[in-house]
Amino acid sequence: MLTDLIGTLPQVLIDGLTLGAIYAVVAIGYTMVYGILELINFAHGEIFMTGAFIGTSLLFLFTGQGWIHTLPAILILLLAIIAASICTGVLGIGIERVAYRPLRNAPKLITLITAIGISFLLQDIVRFIAELKKGTYIINGPNLFNGQIHIKASSLWPEFHDATLKSSFLVVLLVSIVMLAVLDIFVNRTKWGMAMRAVAQDRETASLMSVNVNKVIAITFFIGSALGGATGVLFAVQYGTIDPYIGYTLGIKAFTAAVLGGIGNIRGSMAGGLILGLIEMFAAANLSGLTGGVFGSEYKDVFAFILLIIVLIFKPEGLFGKAAAEKV
Amino acid sequence: MKSKKLWSFGLAAVLAVSLLGACSQYSSKSNASGGSMQVIKIATQSPLSGGSATLGEAIKLGAQLALEEQQAKFKKMGFKLQLVPYDDQGDPKKGVSNAQLIGSDDQVFGVIGHLNSGVSIPASEVYEKYAIPMISPASTATEVTDRNLKTVNRVCARDDFQGPAGASYAVKTLKAKKIFVIQDKTAYGQGLADAFKAAAEKLGAKIVGYESITVGEKDFNGVLNSVSSAKPDLVYFGGLYAEGGLIVKQARAKGIDVPIMGGDGLDSSTYVDIAGGAVKNTYLTSVAGDVSKTSEGKKFAENYKNKFRKNVESYSAYAYDAMGVMLKGLENAIKANGGKIPTREQVRDAVRAIKDYKGVVTEVDFDSKGDNKYAKVFIYKFNKAAYPAEQEGEISK
Repeated sequence: MLTDLIGTLPQVLIDGLTLGAIYAVVAIGYTMVYGILELINFAHGEIFMTGAFIGTSLLFLFTGQGWIHTLPAILILLLAIIAASICTGVLGIGIERVAYRPLRNAPKLITLITAIGISFLLQDIVRFIAELKKGTYIINGPNLFNGQIHIKASSLWPEFHDATLKSSFLVVLLVSIVMLAVLDIFVNRTKWGMAMRAVAQDRETASLMSVNVNKVIAITFFIGSALGGATGVLFAVQYGTIDPYIGYTLGIKAFTAAVLGGIGNIRGSMAGGLILGLIEMFAAANLSGLTGGVFGSEYKDVFAFILLIIVLIFKPEGLFGKAAAEKV
Repeated sequence: MKSKKLWSFGLAAVLAVSLLGACSQYSSKSNASGGSMQVIKIATQSPLSGGSATLGEAIKLGAQLALEEQQAKFKKMGFKLQLVPYDDQGDPKKGVSNAQLIGSDDQVFGVIGHLNSGVSIPASEVYEKYAIPMISPASTATEVTDRNLKTVNRVCARDDFQGPAGASYAVKTLKAKKIFVIQDKTAYGQGLADAFKAAAEKLGAKIVGYESITVGEKDFNGVLNSVSSAKPDLVYFGGLYAEGGLIVKQARAKGIDVPIMGGDGLDSSTYVDIAGGAVKNTYLTSVAGDVSKTSEGKKFAENYKNKFRKNVESYSAYAYDAMGVMLKGLENAIKANGGKIPTREQVRDAVRAIKDYKGVVTEVDFDSKGDNKYAKVFIYKFNKAAYPAEQEGEISK
């Protein structure tokens, strides 16, 4: 049993990192909006899904044009990611402008319900368009990066089993690391990042310091949604199949990751996403072995959420969150 | 600006839907006008719109073909046969309200349908009230006939026969000794997987793992990691094609290259789309047989293609046979009634009493519950990434 646990470890790490990287980038969208507006933007999962659909249709378009033979696959993917993230970014701004801004001074609960409404709306619009164009709403993306890489983990330590990874894993990991790094620099090193942090700290005072609050909020939504959309494209490439409901489960998990890392804290959310992905994979692979078959891998989410509850009991602000200073 | 657009979009959608609704009501009315002879109507109920419209239309067309072939025969007996197609949209509510319409039209003497078990079950309660016999070409859930209704019959096999049939093929033909079972926690998936597991254990195979997944997820690497450490020589999946396709794809990417088997939930061209090349060396059990195996079946497929300019789908031939049985029952009832129009109760009992009817894909002989004694489960294998799969064998009760 223990040998199984150690043996599958390299493969679990690889799968967990892929899933975790996706959780991490989506979690950032939740955390940024929460940090600035104290709004849980439940439509974020659906923005991720919309990004996946836009990206897939672009990939279809590019492959249909025959670009796939002339350009390297990675370049096509980058084009699709950039175009999809601009679209979802603009979509995010639009949602903020139409649905959230008029309600900014309304009670929090009303905005929350609006967010849930928007997420249903997006699901059904995407499903409608997909059914209209393809006749079915489960879409299979074109196959890119199908190569398999075998890692001889057993040569590192004989207890390990060899692991296999799809080359898309490397793409997903690299692109998300780049996105996370650029975002970190943007928030911590640039003027707009500083304005963002100022608005997050105290909206009224920031506006007195001649920060254009509406603009900052719009930019926050743009960046959060663009990252979400880009991750959607990565997801579509990694798993090959998308439907209008992928945003729901993944959105909840990413939100959990954001809370785990400390909601409002960007680096915390990144860490939270990776941790959640790894725990989930570990639990799915080993839970039935560890409990002698009493709990199967279907309890992986229960396992992950129990950990979340334990963390929140002992550290309510999340793993990396600062205890919130009382706003006066 | 955006909200305005959404609004007008919404209005347009409402308009379109209401227009469509109006159309379908019209067509069913216009069919109702009869000739001078006594009119006997047979209704079909299947999803003609929505996600499973391909299968639903196949049921309607198959039934239509059988009915039109026999129109002349009934004309001689002094009756005018008519087909009344209804669209149940795969929705129990719509199916039941159609059933009410069918029940209140006293010229209707039988129903061919439905596709979905979930629609067949509530709608048949209405048929039972009006004593209209129903023959389903495709509803496999055990509960459809287990309620012992007098009107409910089916020509296809039951779900609780599919699992054991798969197990016997896996253990006896594929010589699987260590089997890993995955299911999707739905009534269908779990029922199928449990039935498979019990039968496989009885046949002497060892179940090295029994795990479940969540419908709607896309990443099954966790479960597959425990599959690869258990090293089974066959993986069985109880569930539908959306998850099944991904499991197959991700398993092959992990180097799990043992045969993977599933139920008729995988019997869809989308399954092949999702899994791609990974679909090779996977098996599925289905209640629908391949019509091209027999000469009658080939002839049927040709007629169907000439008439409707469409290829036969898995359930076309079952609908054809279901209609054949229905008309045979009707004919028997008319004869027993001295050539006069029978009551619905007489037709209902005549349909249930059908013995050894020979159809193009299946023989039909209803037992006391309305299950077909000759219903078979067919084993298909994917040798290449193309749908449909090749038929490998058939298992009868």
